[in-house]
Amino acid sequence: MTTVLATVGYSEAWWIQILKSLVIFIVGFSMVPLALMMDRKLMGRFQNRYGPNRVGPFGALQPMADIFKLLVKEQFRPRTSVGFLFAIAPAISIVTACVAFAIVPFGNTVDIFGTQVGLYGIDPSIGVLFAFAFSAIAVYGLMLGGWASGSKYSFLGAMRSAAQLISYEVSMGLSLVGVIITCGTLSLTQIVAHQDSAGMWLVIPQFVGFVVFMVAAFAETSRPPFDLPEADAELVAGYNTEYGGGRFASYYAAEYFHMVIASGIAVTMFFGGWLLPFGIDPPAWVDPIVVLVKLTLVIAIFVWVRATLPRLRYDQLMSLGWKVLLPLATANALVTAIVVTVAN
Amino acid sequence: MSSLEIKRWTPPGEDVIAVQRGPEPGGAGGLYRAFGETLRGLKTTFGRLVEGPIVYQYPEEKIPVYPRFRGRHKLHKFEDTGLEKCVGCSLCAAACPADCIRVVAAENEPDHRVSAGERYAAVYEINMSRCIFCGYCEVACPFDAITMGHDFELSDYNRDDLIFTKEMLLAEPLERTPLRSEDE
Repeated sequence: MTTVLATVGYSEAWWIQILKSLVIFIVGFSMVPLALMMDRKLMGRFQNRYGPNRVGPFGALQPMADIFKLLVKEQFRPRTSVGFLFAIAPAISIVTACVAFAIVPFGNTVDIFGTQVGLYGIDPSIGVLFAFAFSAIAVYGLMLGGWASGSKYSFLGAMRSAAQLISYEVSMGLSLVGVIITCGTLSLTQIVAHQDSAGMWLVIPQFVGFVVFMVAAFAETSRPPFDLPEADAELVAGYNTEYGGGRFASYYAAEYFHMVIASGIAVTMFFGGWLLPFGIDPPAWVDPIVVLVKLTLVIAIFVWVRATLPRLRYDQLMSLGWKVLLPLATANALVTAIVVTVAN
Repeated sequence: MSSLEIKRWTPPGEDVIAVQRGPEPGGAGGLYRAFGETLRGLKTTFGRLVEGPIVYQYPEEKIPVYPRFRGRHKLHKFEDTGLEKCVGCSLCAAACPADCIRVVAAENEPDHRVSAGERYAAVYEINMSRCIFCGYCEVACPFDAITMGHDFELSDYNRDDLIFTKEMLLAEPLERTPLRSEDE
């Protein structure tokens, strides 16, 4: 007998799957410049200034200009670098980010021209574990990049980032356990369905879990106040010290993509995915728009926190991760488990 | 007992002010306070967002300069006769700490009269890439022939273009810099 590790909730014909993965890839990837732009514009507003407003209307083409600049730059490679790994490390980062985006649901199965299509890349029964698996692989992108650069600064930076990412992955996973216990499923579409039938977004009963998740997500996406992998002001850039041009651009894009994914998971797990509050039930085509709007709002929280909090010291980072977030997440999971057991 | 007397600790009087310390960090209370302070910080930054930008869009909007602002130099002529005020005495060049002024004087001829004095500046050059805009030339000038103007947008692509000749300094500068009014 073969052991079934995971099943897929609903799958379509192969050509629909290809089409829809393309659409999701394009939508996901166009969220990256949007996140980049929001980061800079909103950050500016939080500091009483406009942010970039020179390229295109309201500076809307600034990310395009930035990406173009990076792409036409010289591909530099240090003499001591390990060629093959140096080249694929940024690719690992960006590919894992793209793959993890597949599980973010933009809606339930809808009827498009007579065929049932699920508005998500894939709906595996292991759900969030899929995302965590790929965010764990993303650490390889950083580690290999730092190591293959053949520079001690890159290597130290990679160690720093890896330690941070691995530490916070634990709290991030545990913070979602409460949600998973409440819903009794790992599948993201069913978690949203549960929030629909319960009539309440999980951010209310799982508020502690939400806070821990968000803090861990800041660290996991190496955003301020946990941007030690970069730490512009005080340290050498980190794992991407030796990177430039297109490869640096893909690290950069991957970082923002991770932010989009973290927001997507937060929206699905805590903010009811495609559901609207107050029992408003729009037609199915509104669902993706609702998810995208919520996604944007969560990204705005990322930027807001960036504008507010100063960077943590490395020991503070570690003690916050292990001494505060991990016990909190564990206690949250424990209390949720007890409540769910008693209620049943 | 030795001669060394040990002073006993006495409780502090009314005049001693105890150092006020914040609550101990860490623990559940510390966590609670940290969360509250984070929210307070978020409120502060959100206030800035509501407040809106308070910056000047520089190339389009310029901040007006004060009347005594020391910008690019100007050389002056007499308004009635049209003669140059500069007599080529080189006092400005002597006063210049950056050594950026070069003056070559020449005699005024009866049929070729340039300045009001005996001599005039045949060559008057200011090297703007060296000038520190201290205004000593203005102070040193006995005839108020050179004054500091209000232009500050002097960048150029070429170093040679930054050497301003007498003709350039005598010409009215393009009005590029807004001037602050009296009560502003």
